[in-house]
Amino acid sequence: MLNQKQIFSTIEMIEQQHLDIRTVTMGISLLSCCDEDPKKASTKIYDKITKSAEKLVPVCREIESEFGIPIVNKRISVTPISLVAAASETDNYSIFAQAMDRAARECGVNFIGGFSALVQKGMTDSDVKLLNSIPEALASTEIVCSSINVGSSKAGINLDAIAMMGRIIKKTAELTKDKDGLGCAKLVVFCNAVEDNPFMAGAFHGTGESERAINVGVSGPGVVFHALQSIKGQPINVVAETIKKTAFRITRMGQLVAQEASKRLNTPFGIVDLSLAPTSARGDSVARILEEIGLETCGTHGTTAALALLNDAVKKGGIMASSSVGGLSGAFIPVSEDEGMIAAAEAGTLCIDKLEAMTCVCSVGLDMIAIPGDTPAETISAIIADEAAIGMINMKTTAVRVLPTPGKDIGDSIEMGGLLGTAPVMPVHKESSAVFINRGGHIPAPIHSLKN
Amino acid sequence: MIAIISVVGKDRVGIIAAICIKLAEMNINVLDISQTILENNFTMVMAVDIKDANIPFTEVHDQLHKLGDSMNLAIHIQRQEIFDAMHTI
Repeated sequence: MLNQKQIFSTIEMIEQQHLDIRTVTMGISLLSCCDEDPKKASTKIYDKITKSAEKLVPVCREIESEFGIPIVNKRISVTPISLVAAASETDNYSIFAQAMDRAARECGVNFIGGFSALVQKGMTDSDVKLLNSIPEALASTEIVCSSINVGSSKAGINLDAIAMMGRIIKKTAELTKDKDGLGCAKLVVFCNAVEDNPFMAGAFHGTGESERAINVGVSGPGVVFHALQSIKGQPINVVAETIKKTAFRITRMGQLVAQEASKRLNTPFGIVDLSLAPTSARGDSVARILEEIGLETCGTHGTTAALALLNDAVKKGGIMASSSVGGLSGAFIPVSEDEGMIAAAEAGTLCIDKLEAMTCVCSVGLDMIAIPGDTPAETISAIIADEAAIGMINMKTTAVRVLPTPGKDIGDSIEMGGLLGTAPVMPVHKESSAVFINRGGHIPAPIHSLKN
Repeated sequence: MIAIISVVGKDRVGIIAAICIKLAEMNINVLDISQTILENNFTMVMAVDIKDANIPFTEVHDQLHKLGDSMNLAIHIQRQEIFDAMHTI
């Protein structure tokens, strides 16, 4: 018989500390959907997604009910569309995004990722078409997410692609300005993108993956925060140990759900992503954990060190709890989706430069940051280049998801609702980076890429 | 298949009886009960076998919730594996 205290502690974590499974994401290969005729290809895409994922949502609901653990999001990731669409005779890939959107809504999931291209070394004709289709694709769909990988530690950084992405992000914001530039919340630019990430907007089903896979992302900032409240004033290594133990418990639950979902959906179990993913709900914030460690406000001096400890302890605790760890695995710092980050940004303590430093030690990057609507495309590109450089040199995943909403400036906020939250517009440097970005070309891979 | 039922609320006469009658109606066998009064609160943990239940798990869950609402108690039922996973290696 189980210990009563343990049973009630689990129930308390779920009921009061926002413990949940953040996402169960089904990865689906669409490589069998290529067709010269774009209409036929999009029908194949629709059919394959709806057939593969028809039971995803009902099975997740069964698991939620039986285990008493909420599964907040059910999602789908697919093969990067630039590969699937390469055979199709069309310049506009929006038709494929629309097929993904219809299929995902039919399945009842809340996001589908994979309107993606991997262009770290160079761009195929299909990659260029996909990039150029992003603004219309995101404006004409509801729940499709797009991600572009522009750099890697092995291949270097594609500055031409980064220059294009600056303009594409601006255009996406413009085309979705009636929804506060929401399109940009569904668009992320990566360096070292991973092929089994269950989290949006960056999820896609990589070419090294099996036909289908179940990937699970756990959450639990509230549980970590609560655990730290009981060790106030104790040395920092006690903090690390406490986070490790908590992360272990959270991840074990993720592993259990992943195995159950995999068995019931007759789909191979991929990975558990050991991420601390916050929400804008009070008590479910990564920033508040950093403050509980001892910082007056997130963003002040010491934030990077505290975050490094948190990120590392989460991984150490989680790694033993799962048979297969992957995805992004670390602490997320999306500004608009974290109640404490929003407060710190509004107070002016947390600025983009500090966030950039924080991305050196955590997963993943500059995420869900509203910037002035009149920010030049080259400045956005330069922000991406900085992040990609951090990822490339440190052999980690980094990303940029910024929201340059037209007409918004410092002092305004962007209201996206739901998990996407509220983003206060943060200042960027006014000095131009245009000459650097417009040089174009390719930043060579670092010396440590030559490991063979 | 073993599930854990947890019950928390203000103590009164007949809580265990009411829950056991409901479980018997659903053909659910009680394997173990541990009950105590903590700070004036009735708290109970039951291990039950739901393998031969005459209704699906989701309905068992709903029925117990309804019973909990009518008696002003928080009643949860969850598969045992979640507690095993979180608290044992």
